[in-house]
Amino acid sequence: MATTAPTPAHLTRATPSPAVPPARRRPARRAPLATFAWHGLMLLLCVATLYPLLWMARSSVVPEEEIFASPTIVPSGVDLASYPAGWNANPPGFGTFLTNSFLICAGAVAGNLIACTLAAYAFARLRFPLKKVWFAVMLGTVMLPGHVTLIPQYALFSAVGWVGTYLPLIVPKFLATDAFFIFLLVQFMRGIPRELDEAAEIDGAGRWRAFRSVMLPLTVPALATTAVFTFIWTYEDFLGPLIYLSDLNDYPVPLGLRMFVNAMGQSSYGQLFAMSLVSLLPVFVFFLLFQRKLIAGIATTGLKG
Amino acid sequence: MSVPTAPAAAARATRPARRPRPPARARSEARAGYLFLLPWFVGLAALVIGPMAASAYLSFTSYDLFNDPVWVGFDNYRTMFTDDPRHLQSLRVTFTYVLASVPLRLAVALGLAVLMNRTLRGMSFYRAALYLPSLLGGSVAIAILWRQLFGGEGAINQILAFLGISGPNWIASPSTSLLTLIVLAVWQFGSPMVIFLAGLRQIPAELLEAARVDGAGTVRRFASVTLPLLTPLVFFNLVMQTIVAFQAFTPSFIISNGTGGPVDSTLFYTLYLYIKGFGEFEMGYASAMAWVLVAIIATFTAINFLGARRWVHYADES
Repeated sequence: MATTAPTPAHLTRATPSPAVPPARRRPARRAPLATFAWHGLMLLLCVATLYPLLWMARSSVVPEEEIFASPTIVPSGVDLASYPAGWNANPPGFGTFLTNSFLICAGAVAGNLIACTLAAYAFARLRFPLKKVWFAVMLGTVMLPGHVTLIPQYALFSAVGWVGTYLPLIVPKFLATDAFFIFLLVQFMRGIPRELDEAAEIDGAGRWRAFRSVMLPLTVPALATTAVFTFIWTYEDFLGPLIYLSDLNDYPVPLGLRMFVNAMGQSSYGQLFAMSLVSLLPVFVFFLLFQRKLIAGIATTGLKG
Repeated sequence: MSVPTAPAAAARATRPARRPRPPARARSEARAGYLFLLPWFVGLAALVIGPMAASAYLSFTSYDLFNDPVWVGFDNYRTMFTDDPRHLQSLRVTFTYVLASVPLRLAVALGLAVLMNRTLRGMSFYRAALYLPSLLGGSVAIAILWRQLFGGEGAINQILAFLGISGPNWIASPSTSLLTLIVLAVWQFGSPMVIFLAGLRQIPAELLEAARVDGAGTVRRFASVTLPLLTPLVFFNLVMQTIVAFQAFTPSFIISNGTGGPVDSTLFYTLYLYIKGFGEFEMGYASAMAWVLVAIIATFTAINFLGARRWVHYADES
């Protein structure tokens, strides 16, 4: 199937575990001036890349009239008034939006972890008829644009009365529709020595026990990647909630933020930026915690985005 | 929901496998395989194959979700290409976006990966910092930020004014609005960059050293050694990023307030599909649009694969 050919096979083979970052070489001795120049260049690139975010952070802590007065990223002073004001600005409040987002994300993460891991184990370890065909179908669904199933899925969920609930955003995950993660987990499981789980079976463990007691613990790094990316993508998803949710009290963060933009006058940009920044906070936190793992996961499997 | 029962059933089903009789073993293994795949099979049937068939059928109908679909044959497809200027405009916008943003994004990603492929204290920090925008990219907050940055009095114009250039209102002007979305896409160069970096680390140092001994300079070493060895990754990124770019939605929705404006200059294909389906309830028409998108993505992927034979170099081929 289409994705297998371009997959950087030599990468996945060379680093069997996505969690293991490439070995760090010892810094070679260099002329101090050249090293200094490199750091200067890299810092410049970082500031240029992160400038939009830094500008937003600065704009959330300065008085309203100062925001568009200059493009600087260093605030003249720090005034956090925009944060509580923005937090309470819209009727259900930003706390509700965050809670809703976390509820949806928790369901989605649980669903992807359970369903994708089960499917991946079958593809990586078990032999059954038509396996290659199903594997190809699975890879095909990774490349399929979601829009082609969007409308009938909506009609289906509408027919069973799920529109207006979180079920259309969560239940599909329990049915392993994010096939991308199946692929990621298969790649990872293939790197785990077969002898380990075969030994368990010889010792009399059934396949379910071999899966649960041997394979699952060894797959934790890939499970972490799956969980974190599922969280982040679900948290940032805009189209799904836009289509399926209509009650303000059910809104997750992206819809809450958008409502914010629509409802606000031109004079409360500080609050808008403050809440935008708050909305990015969970992603920041996950990024800081799992940075190495995430980056290694992308390097070996080519996560989209 | 069938999910919670699947593991228990699998455990029960595999128990007879303890007896070491090969044919029975194979049969029980096959049963286990299908049981582990059960959630996926249900999802595939109910949420992928079923909806695909339904959407193929709906694309030949007029359907508003509330009344039964009415068969109209090829009318939707005909209208799209002959009688719907907005559809043609959305195609133009999307093609421009993909053809501009994907190569630029890959070029920036490759350039920075090459720049960062050296041992320097703190490199993991720089790598993380440059990757961060990609992780936040799809969020509403970033789209909102972009709208303000590129507004008439936004920070971008203030920087330009500092340099003595008077910038337009990027977002509000039809000639520049799409450009801001392309810049946003290029800004998120992190994922391909990380993949390039991983590839660069796999290049044997001896090869580059041998080229150096032969008198090849930095540029020559990059063009004759590094780049050819990296072509499988360039290809991989090209295919994946093209597929992703065709489906971009959130930034155009937020920046244009869901309209695709000004004057449809940011009317992405997926945004127009959303407007048709969920704004005007022309679900049949939107389904037809979805299939055209599938055809476009398949065509581009095929072109990429056919073209790849000429320039992608696999180490085990020669």
